[in-house]
Amino acid sequence: MNALLDFYAKHSQLIDQIGINAILALSLSVSLQAGQLALAQVAFMGIAAYVSTILALNAHWPLAATIVAGVVASTIVAALLAFPVRRLRGVFLAIATIGFGEIVRVFANNLAITGGAEGISGIPNDAGTGVIYASLALVVLALFALSRTRFALAVALVREDEHAARGVGVDVGTVRLLSLALGGAIAGLGGALHAHSSNFITPADFGFATMEQVLVWCVIGGVTSPLGAVLGAALLSILPEVIRVLADYREITNGVILLAVILFVPGGIASLWRRGAVRVRV
Amino acid sequence: MLQLEQVGVSYGGVHALHDVSLRVDTARVLGLIGPNGAGKTTLVNATTGLAPLATGSIALDGARIDGLPTHRIARAGIARTYQNIRLFGVLDVRANLAAGAFARPGRLTEDAARELLERAGIAHVDLAAQASTLPYGDQRRLEIARALAAKPSVVMLDEPAAGMNPSETTRLVETIRAIAASGIAVLLIEHDMALVRAACDSVVVLNFGEVIARGTPAEVARDPVVVEAYLGSGAETLA
Repeated sequence: MNALLDFYAKHSQLIDQIGINAILALSLSVSLQAGQLALAQVAFMGIAAYVSTILALNAHWPLAATIVAGVVASTIVAALLAFPVRRLRGVFLAIATIGFGEIVRVFANNLAITGGAEGISGIPNDAGTGVIYASLALVVLALFALSRTRFALAVALVREDEHAARGVGVDVGTVRLLSLALGGAIAGLGGALHAHSSNFITPADFGFATMEQVLVWCVIGGVTSPLGAVLGAALLSILPEVIRVLADYREITNGVILLAVILFVPGGIASLWRRGAVRVRV
Repeated sequence: MLQLEQVGVSYGGVHALHDVSLRVDTARVLGLIGPNGAGKTTLVNATTGLAPLATGSIALDGARIDGLPTHRIARAGIARTYQNIRLFGVLDVRANLAAGAFARPGRLTEDAARELLERAGIAHVDLAAQASTLPYGDQRRLEIARALAAKPSVVMLDEPAAGMNPSETTRLVETIRAIAASGIAVLLIEHDMALVRAACDSVVVLNFGEVIARGTPAEVARDPVVVEAYLGSGAETLA
């Protein structure tokens, strides 16, 4: 028991980070499962992080209320973003959504309320391991419950063939909007937790480097597998800690691992246990 | 019953369909034939909301459906198969059937799924098999089963015999007749004249986007205008 507590004391920051990263990986996994290469997760993260931080510091809202407000804000923005990008697919959608992420970052960089490039410091460190993992559990449960609904079938059909999905009565536009909004909600949760588990946030936290990292976790895990996304996030969060020398070359390590996965295990970690046809429990 | 009244579709300045009227009756098979580029697939696309109408109207059981988005038309009761098979390839057979039943309330039970396979003539297919791994002919029939899963009032089959050998085609006739007999209006788009003669109650012939003949399969096959459209002038008769 003591050994366990020692381990936790030593690594609590990493453990918290893994929980938050897993939430972020799940948020992107939601859009990828609907076949949407929408890479605006950092924008939703940032919006929720700033909203919840500002409400905590300026309005003295309690932790739970600031997180909920942040998630509501990021969900609304994600749903609104679905309209201008409704005709975009594939790499065009990726570019537009990356661009949106940059717009949000540039705003955060220049607005007074977000503290500009220096960001906001002195955020209470009140989202501990318990809160983070309870949030992760909530997300996992919600996604599991969703996986047994008609919506999950619609998502799979849109991913496989939008045209044929319409032909069987799937409202593709609504499915895309809902999956983008759901991804925005989960990313917002991750962003708010990130703010409340570190002392400060800056616009750089929500830049393209972060987005690319989330994408790498999902690709390594297997793009259509939520469990794979979580494992990818955990693995790549632990790796630089275990192999210290890698920590300084994080981006390079990520890139090499990504290439290796694409070349040798294109289905990601998930393909190690997934065989044969994809089942939909409907 | 599906009714097209004076339907016209234009792509830019090209009249892909001009003044086409036809009716697909419940429990009947209407064949739609014509040379390549005659407008057959455009007619299917217009009916399923993929191509907007320039003129005319389309009604399903008396209710207008033209102008509705594709998914609403599917929900209204029109199911189709595709010229180039469009199954959900990585999903298993059962999920493909559940996809067909997407617009219907409730779950698709295993028994219901097996019955659909039987109606499409592929009772031997494993529900857990990945759709894209099935033999070609079975994939074509799985698409038919998926269409039937919607319990549609109209089924449009877009060249279901393409790539099938003669004995498979013969078996397909029974499947199509049984679908119609179960109370569904069937529109069969086909090149294979033997299949059309065996399966259809009546036939509409398109050429350059216009109806050039209609009647029973035998009448149409003897029609000199049709023979010329298909084989060029000087040909005697269509097999």
